[in-house]
Amino acid sequence: MTHNINKDYIGAKIGMWLFLFTEILLFGGLFVLYSVYLHRYPDEFHLAGQELNVYFGTANTLVLLTSSFSMALSITALQKENKKLCMVLLIITMVLACVFLVNKYFEWGAKIHHGIYPDSPTLLERPKGEIIFFGLYYIMTGLHGLHVLIGALIIFVVLVLVAKNRVTSSDFVAVENTGLYWHLVDMIWIYLFPLFYLVV
Amino acid sequence: MHAEEKHIVEFNVLFKVLIALFVLTGVTVLAGNIDLGYFNVVVALLIATAKASLVVFFFMHLKYEGGLFKIMVLLAFVILAIFIGFTFFDVAFRAN
Repeated sequence: MTHNINKDYIGAKIGMWLFLFTEILLFGGLFVLYSVYLHRYPDEFHLAGQELNVYFGTANTLVLLTSSFSMALSITALQKENKKLCMVLLIITMVLACVFLVNKYFEWGAKIHHGIYPDSPTLLERPKGEIIFFGLYYIMTGLHGLHVLIGALIIFVVLVLVAKNRVTSSDFVAVENTGLYWHLVDMIWIYLFPLFYLVV
Repeated sequence: MHAEEKHIVEFNVLFKVLIALFVLTGVTVLAGNIDLGYFNVVVALLIATAKASLVVFFFMHLKYEGGLFKIMVLLAFVILAIFIGFTFFDVAFRAN
């Protein structure tokens, strides 16, 4: 009996990692696109990158790193049979995800207010390299933002499962897999941040 | 295998990882202010990879997983490196 549960546990995690590999390849393709265009238009990428707000970017990096930390802590708390602490940490993770998205909303809002959005007349007057930079910026941070949103929803579902004792200290793979997804989202941002906000 | 499955990562270990991640974020922002030419991208990617490794090994518990998981993750990143590396060879040696 115990043996079967153990097998399920490893299988569930392998399945989650396999899914994460497909996500890595999805973003990997976009990173290839980014690097090829950076190679072709280094000056335009530099100029356009200067227009992004480094403070917003850095703040969001710290928010996402902290949320990864609280997610990892929630698993430790659950393993130590501290259900209440686990739930508090999951809620903190969700709140931080929302802070990230609100920051992103203001950041995109400011850019759109200045007339910089895909296919906008202001943007189309600019050099080709800058149009591509902002195109990639909206696609990549947008797709990442979508992942943050989905991650927050999954964390909410897991929170409910923990509250209902469907996920416990002896059967916690759902929290662990949610954590894996969340850390992947964090990892992608770790690469997006310097590539878009700090291009020199 | 059984011991690894039950491994609990302590609070203080995770906290140290978070501090390291914050410090590396500071380093990457500072490095972005120095003009190293094309090496800026290299430095930025190296720091990002150091941060990603911390996340994968500690937050994602890979350090405490069995060999199968380590090989799988390594393989995925090797494939990604080939994917990106070969594209770069193509782009770098084109006539225009």
